[in-house]
Amino acid sequence: MNLANTTTRDRVFVVGTGVTGILFGVGLVLSGMTKPDKVIGFLDMFGGAWDPSLGLVMVGAIAVHAVLFRVILRRQSPLLDAKFHVPTRTDIDSRLVAGAALFGIGWGLGGVCPGPGLIGATSLASTLLLFVGGLVAGMALFQVTNKA
Amino acid sequence: MNWTAFTPTAALVGGALIGLAVSLFFVLTGRVAGISGIVGGLLSPKPGDFAWRLAFVAGLLVVGVVAAVVAPEMVTASATRGPVAMAIAGVVVGYGTRLGNGCTSGHGVCGISRLSIRSLVATGTFMATGILTVTIVRLAFGGAL
Repeated sequence: MNLANTTTRDRVFVVGTGVTGILFGVGLVLSGMTKPDKVIGFLDMFGGAWDPSLGLVMVGAIAVHAVLFRVILRRQSPLLDAKFHVPTRTDIDSRLVAGAALFGIGWGLGGVCPGPGLIGATSLASTLLLFVGGLVAGMALFQVTNKA
Repeated sequence: MNWTAFTPTAALVGGALIGLAVSLFFVLTGRVAGISGIVGGLLSPKPGDFAWRLAFVAGLLVVGVVAAVVAPEMVTASATRGPVAMAIAGVVVGYGTRLGNGCTSGHGVCGISRLSIRSLVATGTFMATGILTVTIVRLAFGGAL
């Protein structure tokens, strides 16, 4: 395999990200993140019947990635790109806080975040199709109203 | 606490797989695997920056189709929230994740793993408003909305 060949590299890039999507999806399903009632049970800390499970999803994911991230960064470059694209911003602006606040409201309202929404929508359940329709509409709305 | 609903092993193993997935994505592409960012980029396609995003989303969808057959109880929507609430939730999540540059994956997993101050603030914020929202829905509507 000649990775200097752009076409070959692009193909491997697409296949690689597709495989990543599958692995990510399996992790989401196995963890319980694709069960809206479980997400709501996790966020409902003060209702007397708290289910802390999904906190452990974050613990497991961060434990693995915190180590591998540092190991990978020792490389000169990623396998399929000339350089790493790690975000470097450190400023806390109102857009970050307002955006995260809105995301949390929507997450608590529906019990679904973007990945699990896409996975669940394949069941063609009307509530999840409506969530994904709203998700795309909300992203499009942002794009239209925030043309830089 | 609801110990009968507690699934620590599945949560840790599933979480570890998510950690492996974002690490694989990082070693291949050098990028942060944030699902909202990957999906958002599909709406403003740039040359050479579309197919891989589509492939990632297709991977998620394949998992959904397979899971609906082999483990339907893991992906079937609960009836707690009604259609209007779900549509509004989608819009708010879509707009909010673009405005705040990330969701549970980009900020919650990738950002915290590299101790990004922006991601720590974002994760603290969306956890707080998520807990607040669920609490309000329970108190005001008995959890059904």
